[in-house]
Amino acid sequence: MSTKLAQERITEAKEMRNVYCETLIELAAGNKNIVSLDADLMNSMGMVKFAHHYPERTFDVGIQEANMIGVAAGLSATGKIPFAHSFGPFATRRCFDQLFLSCGYARLNVRIIGSDPGVTAAFNGGTHMPFEDMGIVRNIPNVTILEPVDSTQLRDLLKQTENLYGVFYLRLLRKSAVKIYEDGSTFTIGKGVTLKEGKDVTLVASGIMVDDALKAAEELETKGISVRVVNIFTLKPIDRNLIIQCAEETGAIVTVENHNIINALGSAVAEVVVENMPVPMERVGVNDLFGEVGPQNYLKQRFGLTVENIVTKVNKVLSRKK
Amino acid sequence: MISKDTVKEIKILALHIRMETMKAIGNLGFGHIGGALSITDTIAALYGGAMKYDPKNPQWEQRDWLVCSKGHAGPAIYSALALKGFFPVEELLTLNKPGTNLPSHCDRNLTKGIDMTTGSLGQGASLAVGVALGHKLDGRDNFTYLILGDGEIQEGQVWEAVLFAAQKKLDHLITFVDYNKKQLDGYTKDINDVGDIKSKFEAFGWHGQEIDGSNVIEIIEAIENAKQHKDKPSVIVLHTIKGKGWAFAEQELFNHHMNISRDQMEEALTVLSAELEGLVKE
Repeated sequence: MSTKLAQERITEAKEMRNVYCETLIELAAGNKNIVSLDADLMNSMGMVKFAHHYPERTFDVGIQEANMIGVAAGLSATGKIPFAHSFGPFATRRCFDQLFLSCGYARLNVRIIGSDPGVTAAFNGGTHMPFEDMGIVRNIPNVTILEPVDSTQLRDLLKQTENLYGVFYLRLLRKSAVKIYEDGSTFTIGKGVTLKEGKDVTLVASGIMVDDALKAAEELETKGISVRVVNIFTLKPIDRNLIIQCAEETGAIVTVENHNIINALGSAVAEVVVENMPVPMERVGVNDLFGEVGPQNYLKQRFGLTVENIVTKVNKVLSRKK
Repeated sequence: MISKDTVKEIKILALHIRMETMKAIGNLGFGHIGGALSITDTIAALYGGAMKYDPKNPQWEQRDWLVCSKGHAGPAIYSALALKGFFPVEELLTLNKPGTNLPSHCDRNLTKGIDMTTGSLGQGASLAVGVALGHKLDGRDNFTYLILGDGEIQEGQVWEAVLFAAQKKLDHLITFVDYNKKQLDGYTKDINDVGDIKSKFEAFGWHGQEIDGSNVIEIIEAIENAKQHKDKPSVIVLHTIKGKGWAFAEQELFNHHMNISRDQMEEALTVLSAELEGLVKE
């Protein structure tokens, strides 16, 4: 792992879906076993270019997610490396038994891509807004869950999965991300990244909330609070050592995620903390609610995924620490 | 034309499979006997010549694949695998015992010769389509055989897979539907009637055949016929008898999963042995 923070955290010019497509084209050029599957969302996912390059390795099954997951698992049994995409809720909630048994229990080799995480589903509204996708998938033994924060991390992680075996769930923002890492940064699956050192409290953040966590940390620093910021991009297996170290060294933790606070980052971190180094903890995330329709900024306010709320939770956790 | 000897060999294999399955389930005292016995003649036809496989090399690249989506028929397949030398016949008595390689439902990671993990009904259909697609993509001519239960086709996922298999013209995918007319809760026609199965598959773009699933000659001919058919996946609807070969089970309505006493097992084995003896003498 060799990471360098971006000099300026700006919205990337290239959308994450285009980076996903380009990286798969690149991988497919060197590996004839790579295949892509979708359930009638190839256009939304920007995978038409892949289909033009590799029509015989593109399988759009139509609107049938359960079948797509099973077909992907079957393909992998013959040596193929399938990348199967749908929107997050349909790639997980709708076909959980297929993920669990046809992929996980059968020990097959499948990459599932669930796009439009949490509030980024915006105008598609509550039916399409997964606050539960990672929480569902986390129940599958040995599964690897990744939530890349920007295009540099996405590219590196996708490439790494080529030579790994197992079931992977990649939670993918389709739109442009805020650049967090400098080009060329590399990552280790299962290891978190300390983005900023600090000694009073640790913010553990993933996905689109990493930028907000950094902003909150910067704001708190002006008030004399020293805030550590960690990016956990592998929800499972989670980086236990890093979390224990943060608990030990900063004595307080706040998790920040674009997901229900139940079953994903907040829960996973809490499990590690209570079993190893109990310290006060707070969770920023969706407080056990269904999604709803609206612009992303409105939804972030609506569900408390804001810099202000992170600051509030940090103050609360610090008051408990005393 | 199939030789008389081949037919006789397959019939003998079917009887051995029935006997070993009765022993394995009888030894345990309970199990999915009905659906294992109804599909036995087809399994005998597959392992008795229709399917390419190598017991010494279960992962042989040129083998044909079998996905038994009605995973609870596992014990019948395990019997065939043991009788054909994939593992010792004695191992069949470990069925469902702690640490066994022979679980109730098929598991590709535990049992030599089992190509796919199944058990949650409907999922094997998509898995078989994926396997057939993988072979086709690599230009291999391996056949993929899929076994579905009649009650199982009430699962929506089956029809997703059936639709997509036709779209991809998977003519090396041959599907059997074990139409034994019963499911766990009773007759399929009383619960959620699956009706004319062949026509349903044909409407989805498949080549269909409908035969007596207890008649070895009809099974072999139907498989040969399906292999010749191009550009469409094939379905063979098997009219079968749930519990076939154990008279007591055949008459029971609720014979999906049954208790079997020692006496019942011995009695059934006596009948099957006599049948085997008669057949060998023919």
